[in-house]
This record gives sequence, structure tokens and C-alpha cells, in this order.
Amino acid sequence: MRSSYWRRLLADRMATAAAAAAAVLVIAPLVAVFGYLVYRGASSITWAFLTQAPKPVGESGGGMGNAIAGSGIILLIASAIGVPLGIGAGIYLAEYGRRGFGNFIRFTADVLNGVPSIVVGIAVYALVVVVQHHFSAVSAGIALGIMMIPTVTRSTEEVLLMVPNSIREAGLGLGIPRWRTTVSIVLRSAISGVITGVMLAFARVAGETAPLLFTAFGNQYWNWNPNQPTAALPLQIFVYAISPYDEWHRQAWAGALVLIILIVGTVGMVRLAASRGLLKGTS
Amino acid sequence: MGVGIEARRLNAWFGSHQALFDVSMDMAANHVTAIIGPSGCGKSTFIRCLNRMHETVPGARVEGTVRLGELQVYNGTPAVEVRRRIGMVFQKPNPFPTMSIYDNVAAGLKLNGLRNRRQLDEIVERTLRLAALWDEVKDQLRKQSGASLSGGQQQRLCIARALAVEPEVLLMDEPASALDPISTGKIEELIFQLKASYTVVIVTHNMQQAARVADLTGFFLLGRLIEFERTQKIFTTPSDKRTEDYITGRFG
Amino acid sequence: MSEPALPVGQSGIRLSVVPGLKRKPPRSSRAADVVFRYGMLLCALSLLAVVGLIAAQLVLHSRLSLQQFGWKFFTSESWDPVSGDFGALPFIYGTLVSSFLALALAVPLSVGVAVFITEMCPRVLRAPLSFAVELLAAIPSVIYGLWAIFVLAPILRVQVEPWLAQRFGWTGLFEGPPYGIGMLAAGVILAIMIVPIIASITREVLTAVPQNQREAALSLGATRWEMIRVGVLRNARTGIVGAVILGLGRALGETMAVTMVIGNVPNISRSLLAPGYTLASVIANEFTEATGNLYLSALIEIGLALFLITIMVNMLARLLVWSTTRGVPARVHAQ
Repeated sequence: MRSSYWRRLLADRMATAAAAAAAVLVIAPLVAVFGYLVYRGASSITWAFLTQAPKPVGESGGGMGNAIAGSGIILLIASAIGVPLGIGAGIYLAEYGRRGFGNFIRFTADVLNGVPSIVVGIAVYALVVVVQHHFSAVSAGIALGIMMIPTVTRSTEEVLLMVPNSIREAGLGLGIPRWRTTVSIVLRSAISGVITGVMLAFARVAGETAPLLFTAFGNQYWNWNPNQPTAALPLQIFVYAISPYDEWHRQAWAGALVLIILIVGTVGMVRLAASRGLLKGTS
Repeated sequence: MGVGIEARRLNAWFGSHQALFDVSMDMAANHVTAIIGPSGCGKSTFIRCLNRMHETVPGARVEGTVRLGELQVYNGTPAVEVRRRIGMVFQKPNPFPTMSIYDNVAAGLKLNGLRNRRQLDEIVERTLRLAALWDEVKDQLRKQSGASLSGGQQQRLCIARALAVEPEVLLMDEPASALDPISTGKIEELIFQLKASYTVVIVTHNMQQAARVADLTGFFLLGRLIEFERTQKIFTTPSDKRTEDYITGRFG
Repeated sequence: MSEPALPVGQSGIRLSVVPGLKRKPPRSSRAADVVFRYGMLLCALSLLAVVGLIAAQLVLHSRLSLQQFGWKFFTSESWDPVSGDFGALPFIYGTLVSSFLALALAVPLSVGVAVFITEMCPRVLRAPLSFAVELLAAIPSVIYGLWAIFVLAPILRVQVEPWLAQRFGWTGLFEGPPYGIGMLAAGVILAIMIVPIIASITREVLTAVPQNQREAALSLGATRWEMIRVGVLRNARTGIVGAVILGLGRALGETMAVTMVIGNVPNISRSLLAPGYTLASVIANEFTEATGNLYLSALIEIGLALFLITIMVNMLARLLVWSTTRGVPARVHAQ
């Protein structure tokens, strides 16, 4: 039995080493990607970069100001669609849909969540762009908004379910109508969790590019009209990255750094606040 | 044959909270020792210190010595070795649900490197007979999962599994408290038979059970061993007033 | 019916008069309740409507291509916009190869890091490590693509691929010039992207294994690794398979990063160093330039195929994961 003991101990040590190695290999790209973004992009983030539209090909300078603004418009439209519908659906599932039909909706949310973003883009193209005969920030907002709904729905439902039933009963027992109880008492006590879900959904769609390819389409100039083709930050990064111009590559890195700061900043803040217990709600 | 197990000045902590204070106890070979006391008195913590399960809790700490015959349980002996020689049965039966009955019993053996089919078969049958489960499961050994048995059967399966690796001591942490009276009776009968070959230490909150199965009984209160006597004496003429209060039901 | 002497609250409990509490007449608040409930129902139905609309549009607009090519569409290798002959086989091949290559790389790493975080690492490291893994999930696809073009591909081209061709060329998997860009690059960047989802679900599944299983294994004298193998991984098998399939589902639909490094050539080649094309990439690259209804319809039919494949894969995955945990947490959806 002696030799087998040492063999078993060796197996144990090797397994630990392998798992630790896996952890290192998984974290390495994170460090590499962030590192490179900062290394290649930091120096190009100037005020000009953030506020100017692109210069014609061949000229240096200019920036992604229009893309940042365009993303802003698109995400605003997306949130206007995704957040209310998502929260509403989440409320329905938590408060009214505990059985069969609710399960069907939940299943549908999972289905929608798994649809590749490019397929959503195709559908919105067919439904909106073709009908309008032009690309627009509105169609892009619709596509991204649609993608936000399942995430917001599921996280809202989860958070609402964590509110103890006694709170609902307290509200009803005071004679407050059910709808009012749900909104002013239950939802309010879970609001921080709901906001978390919304922010995470927002962060996810903020980086989406594929659906924008045939909805927003992109624009080299400033455009404040949501009914026209609009630039968007991820889209601009993509176009620049696959272009043959070094100048555009440089700007792609800078744009990517701006995008990642916004997204990871959002996610990071949310996680940090959650871990500090700031987002547990008042149950 | 069983070997006696001896604890000397055992102290145990959960983080900064001390759960055992200077416990010294001799659990004699081939005898059944029962450990009784109210909830939270440290009885489970105590036996978990005997087979070094206590230290698997993060922040847990043990001081003192435990001796199994010649072997020092702490102080240099690998925990893996200790746990093979001091087996444990838990309050809630925990067979491996993804394994058949046969594989459950053989699990410990396979871990220790035993692969010979004939030997495994033999040990599985022997321990299942010892656990009084053989007749009930012998036709379904490989086809039924360990978790598909009834509660009482599952616990006997866990006992067989623990015995398969040939420990010298068997620790039982309230083994029948999750079971119905008939299964409890079978387990108690089993304990009586096991002591011929093993040293048994059983934690129980049921005093009648202690009176039925144990030769020796220790009474714990708030992490201390208050009294340790032959079972008969402790239940008829306890020396300490606290023991008497507990036994007569004034608290706990 | 006479009015009750005391006002009755929503739940039917009689209330004493509470000063300051506005009491609405029961009738209008009941109406408001109904309106509210149907309002929320409408929001929930929007999910159904959206999925239905997407499916309908995909089917509708791929009709042309479906009628023209039938099943041949999925077995034909030719993709010729000029002559109007469209076959999706190269893209199916590219999608499958890149996704399974990604799985082969990602699964051991994901399970490894999940086991490390839940069973092995010092407690202080747990939070930062899991946060880091979640951060990986937050990086958008286009940024992974950017990094892959300018950092990963050169490394592959200069160091990794020549080495692979030299050492393992005999397998026939590493023929042809090392471009850096190609199937291998796509597989690697996909692997990096799906590790977070597989790892986080695996972690959930491992954590769901009851503690008494671990204790059972330890009490038999198992080493820590043996305890993990026998008491944890075995119990979590089904859920881990589910996590892997979810990762597969993600890989199949991934567009941007793959498009940027796979080479976008509709070839079927045994070599991993060769460029390829995936279902999602061809749509991304050629949709806005598709001339003619047949071309567009063919692309949309590819989209329909992608839609159906990912739905089935995801359904299978969630079935497996739900059987071991109480369900896929909403948090995971943020990826």
C-alpha cells in the first residue's frame, strides 16, 4: 500500500498543478488583451479623438467622436425598448406567471437570448430597414433593444423572487391595490438588483457589432438624425481594424480602449457594488 | 480486530470560537462508546477531530493528541491514512448517487489501488453481509444506484462502504436519527455485532439508544467532557449533577 | 348589494379607518389591477412576438433560396454569386471545425479553472479569480477580433504554426503556408471567448454538489484530487456536459472575432492553417453587398440555419444544466 500512497499523492499534486495552470492560461488573455489595448491605444486617446469625426482616408488625425455619439443615440433607443419591456416581462413572470404559461415565456426568453446577434440583425433589416428603404440608428436601436429584453427579464424576475412574500402581504393587508404593491413596494425594494440587471444588459449590447452591420450601417460624418445611417463605436472599430491603413489601425486601438473602459467600467462597478452588498435591496 | 482510540487534552476551534476544551477520553477496543449531550455541546466536533474531518472546515483548528494504538493521528501521519483506518458514517446517509451499490462499496478500495476483480467481489459481499444488506441487494448489485435504496438501506450501504477499507475504528455521527424506527433497530443490532471486530464510537442525542447499544458513555456539555462511565452507571447513578439533570430531562 | 360598513382592502380584510391613508373605491383599483396585469402580460408577450417575428422573417425571405436549391443547399460546395449558384457546405464545415476546435481547447481549461476556483484555490483568491473570468466575458467580440488580428495572428504565423507544421505535420492537419489568419486563429480566439461561459456554469454546478458527498469521499481516505474526482466531478457530470454544450452554442453563433481572423475563403480544407469561412461570417461580410434577391435569400437561409441550430443546441444544454442546478442564473445571460 505504501507505493500506491505516494503515487496517489503525486496524482493529487499534479492535479492541483494542472488546475492552477488552467487558471493562469485562462487569465493570461485577459491581461494580454487589456495590456495591449492600453499599450496601443492609450496614447491615441486625445480630446480631438473623442470629439472629431474621421478625416478622409490618407489624412491623419480626426477621431471617433461621431461614432461615440452614434452609439449613444443607438443605445438610448435600445434602452427605451429593452428596459421597459424587459422589466415588465420580469414583473409578469415573478408576480403572475409562476406556472405553465410563465414557463413557456421563460423558455422563449432563453431562446431569444441564444439567437446569434447577427440573426437578429437580419430580422430587423427585413422588418425595418427594407420597409424604410434606408439604414438608421432607429433600426439599430430596435435590434439591440430586442437583445436586451431577455437579460433584463431574467434578472428582474430573479430579483423580484427574492423579495419575501411577507412584504407583498403587508402591502395588500394595508389595503394597497395589488398593482401598487408590486410597483411601489416590491419593485422598489428590489430596485438595485433590477438596475444591476439593466446595466449588465446594457454593457452587453454596447459592445455588439454584428447587428449594426446592416441596421446602423455606419457613417463617416456626424449624424444626429436617428433615421439616417449612423456611426457606432464597435462598428467603426471593426471597419478600421480590417482596413489596410495604419492610421486607421491606430484609431481602432484607441476606439477599442474607449469602448472597453465604458463596458468594463460598467460591469466592474456593478460587481463591486454587488459584492459590497450595496445592491441587495431592502428585503 | 479493533484497536482502542485515545484522545488527550483535545481542544478545537471554529475560527476564534472554541468548541472543545481539554477533552481526554479512552475509547476501548472492541467496545461501543456512546457520546451524549444537548445540541451544540461539541459531540460531533469531537468525533470529527478523531478522524481529522474537523480540519476540512475552513478556519478550523485542533490542538492535543489522538492516538490509535501506535499511530499518532495528528503529528506527522497523513490525513489520508488516518481516515482509512478510522471510518465514518454520517447522520444523513450519503451514498454516491452516480454509482451502483457495488461501486459504492468498492469505492474506497479502488481509491486505495485494489483492482483485482475477485478480491473486490469478495470484500463487497463480505461487508454487505456484515452490514446486513446483502440479502436485500445481492441481485441488484450492479444495476441499482446507491441512491435508489430506502433511507435505512442507504445507511447500511454507507456502513458497508466504510467497513470495506478495513478500518480499526468506526465513528458514527447520529447514524439513525434520520431513519424510521425499524431501520433504527436494524442499525442498532448491527452496531452490537460490529463491536466484535471493530471499535465503535457513536454520537447520539437519543439516550435510550445509548443505553441500548453502548458499553461506555461520555456526557458532553458546552465543549467539555463532564462524565465518562460505564453506560449502566451513568444512567442509574451519575456522579455529576449536570449529567443527572440532562438524563432526567431537566434540559436538552 | 349594500356597501360594507367598513372599507375592505384588496385582500378582503376589513380595515379600520386609518387616518391619512387614501382609500380608493374598490372598483377603480380593481380596474387598475387588471390594466396593470395585462400591461405586464403584454411585455411578456413581446418576447414571443419578437421570436416569432424573427423566425417568420427568416423563413419568409429564405423561401426563394429554399425553392431554388432545396436540400442541395447544405451539401453543395460552390458559393458563386456571379453564376447564382449557392451552397452552404463550406460554411457549415468552417463553423463546425472552428467551434469544435474551440471546444477542444476551452473545455479542459474551463473545467480546470472552475475546479481550481471552487475546490482548490485559497479563499482569498476566489473572488478576484471569478471576477477576472467574468471580465473576460464582458470583452466585446470586436475587441477580441482586433487583438486577434494584430497580436494573436502574428504569434501564430511566426512561432506557433511553423512549430506545429514541423512537429505534427504528419497528421496532415498543418499543411500549407502559415498565414496566421485561418482556422486555427479562429479556433483559438473562439476558445478564449467561450471559456467564461463554460467555466461559470461549471462553477455553479460544482458548487451545487452537496458537501456531504465530499465528506463521504474524504472519510474513506481519499486525497483531495480523489475526493474531487469521486465526490464532486462525478456528481456534476451532467451539468458540466450542459455547460460545454452551452459553450458550443455560443461558439456556433459567434460572428465578429471569427470574421476578422478566419480568412473568409469558402474552402474546405483539412489543414487548420488554411483560411475558412463560417455561417455567421459569410452573412457579416456579404450581406450588405449582396446583389440580387437570390443572393440575399441564400444568405438569409444561412441565417435561418444558424437560428435553428443554435436553438436546438441551447435547448439541449439547458435541459442538462437544469437537471443539476435550479436553473441557469440570469447573471449568465449577460454574456
